[in-house]
Amino acid sequence: MVAEPEVGIVFWLLSLVILVSAFMVVSLKNIFHCALFLVLCLFSVAGIFILLHAEFLAAAQVLIYVGAIAILIIFAIMLTSNLASTTIRATNENVLVGFFVALILALGTIVLIGNTHVWRYAEPAEAVDSNVMMIGKYLMTEYMLPFEIVSVLLLAALIGAIVLARREKS
Amino acid sequence: MTEYAYLIALLPAFAFVAIVFALRWNEKLASGFSILMILISWVMSIVVLFETIGRHGDVYEAWYTFIQFNSFHLQIGILIDALAAIMLVVVTTVGACVQIYSLGYMHGDPRFSRFFAYLSLFLFSMLGLVLANNFFMIFIFWELVGLTSYLLIGFWFEKVSAANACKKAFITTRMGDLGFLIGLFLLAFYFETFNYLEVFDKVGAGGIPLWVLTAVPIFIFCGAIGKSAQFPLHVWLPDAMEGPTPVSALIHAATMVAAGVYLVARSMSLFVASADAAMVVAIIGVVTSFMAASIGLVQNDIKRILAYSTVSQLGYMIMALGLYGVDTAHGHHSAGYVAGTFHLMTHAFFKGLLFLGAGSVIHAVHTNDIQEMGGLYPKMKTTSITFMIASLSIAGIFPFAGFWSKDEIVMATVHHPIFMVLTLMIAFMTAFYMWRLCFLTFFGKPRDQHRYDHAHESPRTMTGPLVFLGVLAVSAGWVGIPWLHHGFSSFVYHGEPHHAAPSLLLMGGSLLVGLSGIFVAYLVYYRRIISPDKVAQRFRPIYNLLYNKYYIDEIYEAVLLKPIMAFARFMWTFDARLIDGIVNGVAFLTLVWAAVKQWSDTWIIDGMVNGAGWVVRMIGGLLRYLQSGSVQFYALFIAAMVVLVILAKFELEYTTLNWPTMTIIFIIGIMLLPLLSRLTSDRSKTAGEPENE
Amino acid sequence: MFYYLSLAALLFSIGVFGVITRRNAIGILMSLELMFNAANINFVAFNRYIVSDGPIGQMFAIFIVVVAAAEAVVGLAIVLLLYRNWQGIKTDYINIMKW
Repeated sequence: MVAEPEVGIVFWLLSLVILVSAFMVVSLKNIFHCALFLVLCLFSVAGIFILLHAEFLAAAQVLIYVGAIAILIIFAIMLTSNLASTTIRATNENVLVGFFVALILALGTIVLIGNTHVWRYAEPAEAVDSNVMMIGKYLMTEYMLPFEIVSVLLLAALIGAIVLARREKS
Repeated sequence: MTEYAYLIALLPAFAFVAIVFALRWNEKLASGFSILMILISWVMSIVVLFETIGRHGDVYEAWYTFIQFNSFHLQIGILIDALAAIMLVVVTTVGACVQIYSLGYMHGDPRFSRFFAYLSLFLFSMLGLVLANNFFMIFIFWELVGLTSYLLIGFWFEKVSAANACKKAFITTRMGDLGFLIGLFLLAFYFETFNYLEVFDKVGAGGIPLWVLTAVPIFIFCGAIGKSAQFPLHVWLPDAMEGPTPVSALIHAATMVAAGVYLVARSMSLFVASADAAMVVAIIGVVTSFMAASIGLVQNDIKRILAYSTVSQLGYMIMALGLYGVDTAHGHHSAGYVAGTFHLMTHAFFKGLLFLGAGSVIHAVHTNDIQEMGGLYPKMKTTSITFMIASLSIAGIFPFAGFWSKDEIVMATVHHPIFMVLTLMIAFMTAFYMWRLCFLTFFGKPRDQHRYDHAHESPRTMTGPLVFLGVLAVSAGWVGIPWLHHGFSSFVYHGEPHHAAPSLLLMGGSLLVGLSGIFVAYLVYYRRIISPDKVAQRFRPIYNLLYNKYYIDEIYEAVLLKPIMAFARFMWTFDARLIDGIVNGVAFLTLVWAAVKQWSDTWIIDGMVNGAGWVVRMIGGLLRYLQSGSVQFYALFIAAMVVLVILAKFELEYTTLNWPTMTIIFIIGIMLLPLLSRLTSDRSKTAGEPENE
Repeated sequence: MFYYLSLAALLFSIGVFGVITRRNAIGILMSLELMFNAANINFVAFNRYIVSDGPIGQMFAIFIVVVAAAEAVVGLAIVLLLYRNWQGIKTDYINIMKW
């Protein structure tokens, strides 16, 4: 793997944070700590997005993931679990096999990526200033239909969640 | 309006569907709707008739192709010429009268709505038959008519005699239909079309083998023999009296039996191509007519007399049509075609009237036997007068409708002296037995006081149609007065219009014959100058022969049914002895063979089956660990399979092993995963780790 | 680009590992979010390096984020329901997908 100047120190730092915190998410015993690490991980992914000149996406990532989903998860944890329960195992009996499978998956994928020359030597495009404007335009023109469908999906999810979580009157 | 003519047939069908699915719970609504539909059809038919007159002989045809094989088309379409237009009016008129009449006659019947549904279906079938533009379609409606007549004759199926009669009608007409079907096959094979006009064109164009030209009309006529109750298949019609009287009126006047005559008239171009076929038609017609008229002389059941008179009159029409075919094939002019169709029309009116009148009488006295009636005239004036008008008409008395059409038929026989003599004899007999019926029913002393006391005039719904048909029975013949220049003969014709010169001699002759028949009946049954019993005594053998309808039913029984039964019995014995013996022997051999097989089954087959089961159980014992029920374990499998894909990629690129081998190795590895999981997990969970919530 | 894709692959594998091994249903959901993020990184990277006319990949990522939000909402509702009915959300006790 010949080092290429396309990534700098920021990328390495962010990657390190992402991977470590992600690993914490899947392995810590205390589910609440896991959620906190998840927040950190998602923040760092937002940083990666900025490196890739996707500023709007980064903002959305922070708003939706960190602001909404993570908080939601924490709420759910508080509703369902006892925070002090750090003594029992966090993982089930698949852990060893799962680890090997995941390891082979990761290594194999990376090797394959490395062998794909088109990807390896692709040049980054010129940074576009008005990404946000383009996204707005796309959302209102070509991606109108998916946009509307996604709104309906969100509504459906909202109603579905209410119906599911509603306490039956007894 | 002509382009909407298909509605004439579809409206009654619609009434049928509506009654069956929606209206049958409300009797008033059902009958009212049915009558409304047939009345609309009636009005439309009249309009279509006038439009057809206005077209001066042009034929209206419309169709759509239903099925197409290469050059062979099956069409669904309508063809309206003068004949069809006249028939439409006749059918709808009689149909409407019968339906209105049924309001009164069927009053209180538990299956009142169903009766109207059947009537509508019957009319739909007949109207479709009239409108059809090809032989295939006419055959379909032909069978529909057969089916609905079966339903209607057997309407009171609780009566054994009615149930038998409807079976008899259905099966007997089916014999004729078999011939019709063979004729259709021949048509399809040699003419390669079913369309009337195309078939007739091909007849004229030549190129068809001569025997086909003779066979096709005869086979088609077989169908008419069955439906129009001609000898030798006439036996069903008198039995069909078991149905309700309105049904009899409909069958006899306008629908079922008229279908046969209509078919012959419709395919007249086939008959004129073969003098032999036409001669067969004429002979069968006259034989039927003579035989039925002579039987009618001595019957005592009012409806049976009318039934034989119908058979006789149908024979008349068939004979006229046949003679037309013979004469035309020989190059003569003939009035036969006009006579046959004209008589079909007038007969529909006066025979419908006769039956409805008879129904009215039966309704009043609750018996069919004319020997138990008598002196009904003062009690049932409307019924009596209309009945006598119809009787005058059928006897051929000037100026009633029957006079003009019967005169035409007599005129059609001028080239055939034997036919003419028979025709006049039949006319005499017809007049005699009809007036015998009238005198016995309406005049003289009541022979059964009890029944007489209970007799009463029928309700308005029944007498109304009687009066209406009475008017038609008088006037319907006037359109065919031979001195008219634009009368019936210049409207309904085959080939070229032909005006037969009116012959006062023939008219006078036929009138004289009719009057003498009435006079003899008057002497015998009113004045009682001649005792009918003495005459019967004198001619005992003939009387018996006639009274038993020439023993035709008995002959059928002896010639057809007995042998069939005997054959069946023989076959049964054959079955019992030989076949059963063989079967039993086979069974014994089977038992021995089974013992052998049982041994091999127990030790060889079962062993194999059990062995297979054992192997499967072992494999299943291994595989059951895969089915842990935990979603995460399944997710592990998914991930493993993704890894498999990646590995497959590597195998292809970096190893010499072929990929199936590697895949098998990998799959075996996957199989071992659960065992691995078992081994690596600590056993604390199975011991029951406490939940900490 | 290689680095971004490798990062995504590693993140994804960690997510898979989490999904397979967590005993806590919420933990599984969190691992799923990790996998979504890996996919998003891929989309954005491809958008930057391969298909550079317009932010099409970013559009995809945005929709994924939205769908992920919906998924999280419904998933957590289901978790709540599970908790209520089983008095616990330890997934290895939930093995009703077995005959």
